[in-house]
Amino acid sequence: MTSELDELYQSVILDHNRSPRNFHKLEDATAHAEGRNPLCGDLFDVWLKVADERIVDVAFLGQGCAISKASASMMTQAIKGKTVAEVRQLFDQFHQLVTAGSATSLPTKLEVFRGVRAFPIRVKCATLSWHAMKAALDSRPSHEES
Amino acid sequence: MTWDVERVRADFPILSREIRGHPLVYLDNAATAQKPAAVIAAIEHYYQTGNANVHRGVHALSQEATLEYERVRALAAKFLGAGSAANIVFTSGTTGALNLVAQSYGGSVLRPGDEILVTEMEHHSNLVPWQLIAERTGAVLKAIPVTESGGLDLGELERLLGPRTRIVAVTHASNVIGAINPINAIAAMAHEAGAVVVVDGAQSAPHLRVDLGAIDCDFFACSGHKLYGPTGIGLLYGKPELLEAMPPWQGGGGMIREVQIGRSTYAPPPERFEAGTPPIAEVVGLGAALDYVSRWDWEALVAYEQDIVAEAGRKLAGVPGLRILGEGADRVSVLSLVLDGIHPHDAGTVLDTLGIAVRAGHHCAQPLMRRFGVTATLRASFGAYNTHQEIDTLVEGLVRARKVLG
Repeated sequence: MTSELDELYQSVILDHNRSPRNFHKLEDATAHAEGRNPLCGDLFDVWLKVADERIVDVAFLGQGCAISKASASMMTQAIKGKTVAEVRQLFDQFHQLVTAGSATSLPTKLEVFRGVRAFPIRVKCATLSWHAMKAALDSRPSHEES
Repeated sequence: MTWDVERVRADFPILSREIRGHPLVYLDNAATAQKPAAVIAAIEHYYQTGNANVHRGVHALSQEATLEYERVRALAAKFLGAGSAANIVFTSGTTGALNLVAQSYGGSVLRPGDEILVTEMEHHSNLVPWQLIAERTGAVLKAIPVTESGGLDLGELERLLGPRTRIVAVTHASNVIGAINPINAIAAMAHEAGAVVVVDGAQSAPHLRVDLGAIDCDFFACSGHKLYGPTGIGLLYGKPELLEAMPPWQGGGGMIREVQIGRSTYAPPPERFEAGTPPIAEVVGLGAALDYVSRWDWEALVAYEQDIVAEAGRKLAGVPGLRILGEGADRVSVLSLVLDGIHPHDAGTVLDTLGIAVRAGHHCAQPLMRRFGVTATLRASFGAYNTHQEIDTLVEGLVRARKVLG
């Protein structure tokens, strides 16, 4: 109902949808992956610059719904500067938030995606760029599973 | 005659459901239609009192099931104006029917360099099966373009048709923009070139009074579940001389004449194309659906749906920043909407919170999305039980979506 809708489309999500952050190609990226949702045709490219197992820079481009675009935008902010191990933990936490509605340790900013839980079909939208980011990390040639 | 929509609504139990606190407004009929109580009851009745496998049973239940199974085949032939029941093959759906034609007919006639014409507005189910068989046979796929107004470019069809064209596969009505294609004009050109015409009737069968006696196609496929029947059952009509010449598609029980270890001979059509235990309960349900819709005054229904889609088009045009794809087309009651700056999934979610069921996405027609330069649309599709009031609810919902997502 209306409260569910308001919780899903919080103003910060709409703002990131209108003006996505880090929305460009990363020329000196060390890892890249594409996130595609075949159900709706949404498509995002995520680029990472990883040095000493730390995300030095991150950017994305693509098109999708407000949830997927805002999620990608806020993900780039959340992971920049973090270590790969921290980012992997963040991935798990974020996934837990949008599927179960709560997570034990997640930056407060990302809590705005809690409302996704009321719309199970939209979980894929919220996690599309996160999966792409994880795939990019996993695609690194020297990568060892942590 | 006028269409008594309230009387029809009373036949569909699901329409009394509430979704997220609102009465259900079901506008996803192009994906699947709801089922009248008679269909639901027929399936339950079959399992409660009549369940048995069809054909070759010596016992009463099997004979009853076989009689009903074949009664529905005859009913389907009558409903489609297909002539003999032997021209009707039961399939799993439109997709199953089109794959059957592609694999069996296509597989036996296509040679390297032969051409298959499809259109830019095909559902993936009338495109990918042709890609698969083209890959296997060395045939080449070409597409008839779609005009800005949502029609097929018949001049381009004329140009594309040639001595190597073997098959023209075209949808009767687009599942995305609703556009109705002039099958007879297309068939006349295709036949002149020596090609057979395969028609995807998934979206036309529920909305037009399809009469294959008046449509000059060689194959016609449709689905039970869009015709107010159950899922898992579809129909393939084929011209008898074509079906007769086609090899089996799948092997198994029920489709043979005689089997030896090294080789087999096959049953005549339609059994030749129905290997294995068929979806009997689904056929029974389809029979109930065909009995039900055959009682409708289709002239009144078609006029009613045309009125609904025209009014929806007019009222939706008043929503700021809303565009209807292929606006110029004659169409069945299917509309694809694009909202400036709003992704269809977001609009669809807002509508969902108001109890309005629409579809958001590419509708299994990515080439058509590309043609119109979009990745997805919001699709509203109307059926026999949708009301004028529901159009207003949809318009209000879209205005609200604009406000929420602004």
